[in-house]
Amino acid sequence: MIAPLVDVAIVGGGLVGCAAALALRRRGRSVILLEQGWCGAQASGVNHGGVRRQGRAAIQLPLAQRAHEVWRRLPEAIGEPCEFVASGHLKLARTEADMAQLEADNAAAAPFGLRFELLGREQLRRRYPALGAGLAGASLCFGDGHANPRLVAAGFARAARREGVCILEREGVDAAELEGAQFVLATRSGLRVRSRWLLNCAGAWGATLAARFGDHVPEYSIHPNMMVTEPIAPLDLPNLGVVGGDIYARQVARGNVVLGGGRGHGALRLDANRPGSGASFEAMRTACDIIPALAEALVIRCWTGVEGAFADGQPVIGPSLTTPGLWHAFGFCGGGFQLAPGVGEVLGDLVIDNATATPIEPFGIGRFRSRGAVPDLNANI
Amino acid sequence: MNLHDIVIVGAGPAGVRAAETLVQAGLKPTVVDEAPRAGGQIYRRPPEGFVRTSRQLYGFSSRKADDVHRSFERLAGRIVHLPATLAWNCDGRRLDLLTDGRHHGKSFSHLILCTGANDRMLPFPGWLLPGVYTLGAAQVALKTQGCVLGGRVVLMGSGALLYLLAYQYAKAGAEIAAVLDTASLANQFGALADLGRQPLAFGRGLVLVAWLRSRGVRVITGVRDVAVSGDERVRGVAWRSDGREHRIACDALATGFNLRAETQLADLAGCAFEFDRVQRQWLPRCDAAGRSSVAGVYLAGDGAHLLGADAAELAGRRAALALLEDAGEPTCAGEGPRLERALLRHAGFQRGLQRAFALPVAWLHECADDLVICRCENVRAGDLRAAAGAGRASEINRLKAMTRVGMGRCQGRLCAGAAAEILAHATGQAIEDVGRLRAQPPIKPISLMSRQPDRPPTGEPS
Repeated sequence: MIAPLVDVAIVGGGLVGCAAALALRRRGRSVILLEQGWCGAQASGVNHGGVRRQGRAAIQLPLAQRAHEVWRRLPEAIGEPCEFVASGHLKLARTEADMAQLEADNAAAAPFGLRFELLGREQLRRRYPALGAGLAGASLCFGDGHANPRLVAAGFARAARREGVCILEREGVDAAELEGAQFVLATRSGLRVRSRWLLNCAGAWGATLAARFGDHVPEYSIHPNMMVTEPIAPLDLPNLGVVGGDIYARQVARGNVVLGGGRGHGALRLDANRPGSGASFEAMRTACDIIPALAEALVIRCWTGVEGAFADGQPVIGPSLTTPGLWHAFGFCGGGFQLAPGVGEVLGDLVIDNATATPIEPFGIGRFRSRGAVPDLNANI
Repeated sequence: MNLHDIVIVGAGPAGVRAAETLVQAGLKPTVVDEAPRAGGQIYRRPPEGFVRTSRQLYGFSSRKADDVHRSFERLAGRIVHLPATLAWNCDGRRLDLLTDGRHHGKSFSHLILCTGANDRMLPFPGWLLPGVYTLGAAQVALKTQGCVLGGRVVLMGSGALLYLLAYQYAKAGAEIAAVLDTASLANQFGALADLGRQPLAFGRGLVLVAWLRSRGVRVITGVRDVAVSGDERVRGVAWRSDGREHRIACDALATGFNLRAETQLADLAGCAFEFDRVQRQWLPRCDAAGRSSVAGVYLAGDGAHLLGADAAELAGRRAALALLEDAGEPTCAGEGPRLERALLRHAGFQRGLQRAFALPVAWLHECADDLVICRCENVRAGDLRAAAGAGRASEINRLKAMTRVGMGRCQGRLCAGAAAEILAHATGQAIEDVGRLRAQPPIKPISLMSRQPDRPPTGEPS
């Protein structure tokens, strides 16, 4: 069976793929999206749900700012709020050295338009009585917040579908190649799709698809370690992180506290990933130091999923080195949730204009060409 | 093969017989059990010092209960017994355990899961009112504490436990306002051929009903449209039967529809599942001897088969023998096949019970949109139908992600079955095609803060 030719085929129904589908469709392109499982059920759906610019490497901030504009008007963008709350993101310092780090980070991020308030030890305790003693201070980033990751990618997918994107779920791609000027994809169920452009938004599976076209990247999978408590009384806290990144926590409107830290384990499969109880104990111990009320809370569920990662902590975004018309955007290293709506727009620019105003050069696939020469892009994390 | 790290989870009839079999083979298994004293749900024991006799506690089954308890007591010193211990996660070859607020772990080479079952619940109007209990909870109150639920109790639902509990309550002196059976007599007659496979058990069922009626207890079959009324707690119950509406006053109601296997540990251990059309639920796949799809993991009892306590004893022994056979240990050659044949007879009887006491799934197809299905997250039937209808979810884990059904404290143990029925009906799919809610640790809500983090209990000999 030969499917009609579409402008753009997208492999991967995570938040990046769904956002790109919506952006391209809104700019008049015909789009088909193929997802091996369900849209937003892997990294996009199992992550913490932090919508956070604070703490990102400076090279990510233009992209994060672009994404921020989408988050700010999410209901207009996709027709549903997805529990997005602009609570702010509070990054906690446990030592004076951490505080110095926050000050330096804020200074580096300010030129990109982020607004912060630095809180000292006493100020922090007065403003957020739910926090435990022993914190040296914190930085509050205005406009950041959190959302329900189970709803966001699915929401983008629904919006894209409403506007005419063909989204096929449970359609893994078994073969992909360039024939003349057209990409030809064959799916597990025997469907064939032809397109002029191909977007590789396959997350942890991105390297596998890239390799089919001779783009080889050292991607590996990581597994976030997440848990959620039963509902507890309101803590009146923003989305929380700490310097060092060992835990993160947010309380949802129903009262449950979602928190994460450490890693689960597993493999590059939809169904073979497990949270780690050791990591959960560790994360809970740390979280209780920061939010003492958690000591009494029961954990009702732990979970994980699959995220694609690179050793330098940065995603791959940009053109294929081998194949014109193929664009990559995958491997967001556990930090893609906030960025993804911006990445979707950038992919729209790249397909249609062959260029984008948002700087993405640092994420090019070419950085893996010479082994051992990976620049230190984490300088500001 | 190393047989020194055999762990049995559950000390009901299946777990006790499995442990006994391994001890007879000269092994020393570890028995992890949530209850402070062995016996499981069916032969649950009151706290030390309570004086009701086993005849009072277990009725017809008192001899079997005594036998299971004594068998377990005889294992003292030859097993490692970890009572009051929750196995809340299984990751690879390791269990995460929680005993009295202390976290510890236990690695195993072999695992026999005897995790039992609990009541299958169906939501109906008023089911969230204080005063509504499960049949199992009503029985636990009686067995452990010698309490009955209320002054005037209605028992409603379907299955063997409905009548057994009615009998036990009547014997204990409770006032039973009515026994409302959602199954019809026609179903029960239709299942006679299968039920005749266990004449003793079937006969006991008939005796129970006759005994109840002789004591003037109203036993009504073919009941539908059940609704509990009351403002702050149960005040009465209304239903339809014989084409008429009925209403009586009561102050408590116990309900259940056969049993639901406790399968989360098998799921976390990686066992494959299959849909059992007779039981209308997903059960871990195992062979006739109790071997799961995962090497070294065995299944026995109601957590695997839902064949009842007598079958659980046989299955516990069979699974332990399978473990020994697989390890190349000598076993009595004819015993395995003999146990399997006996289990097959139980399966036939169970088929009859399920036909006789079929789950009234039409309730869920017809229920009002405002009926709460998931009480932890307050998700209503209409929310599920809306998600299914808008094409947002055609699979049960997806429905969970979209609507929060099964995402709360009980992790779907109470509501997943009902939610799946509604999803299947709303999307026009067969019930098995909507899939199975995946288990996530912890299997019950727990604190992850350990009271004494690094000191695992030594495991007092039982």
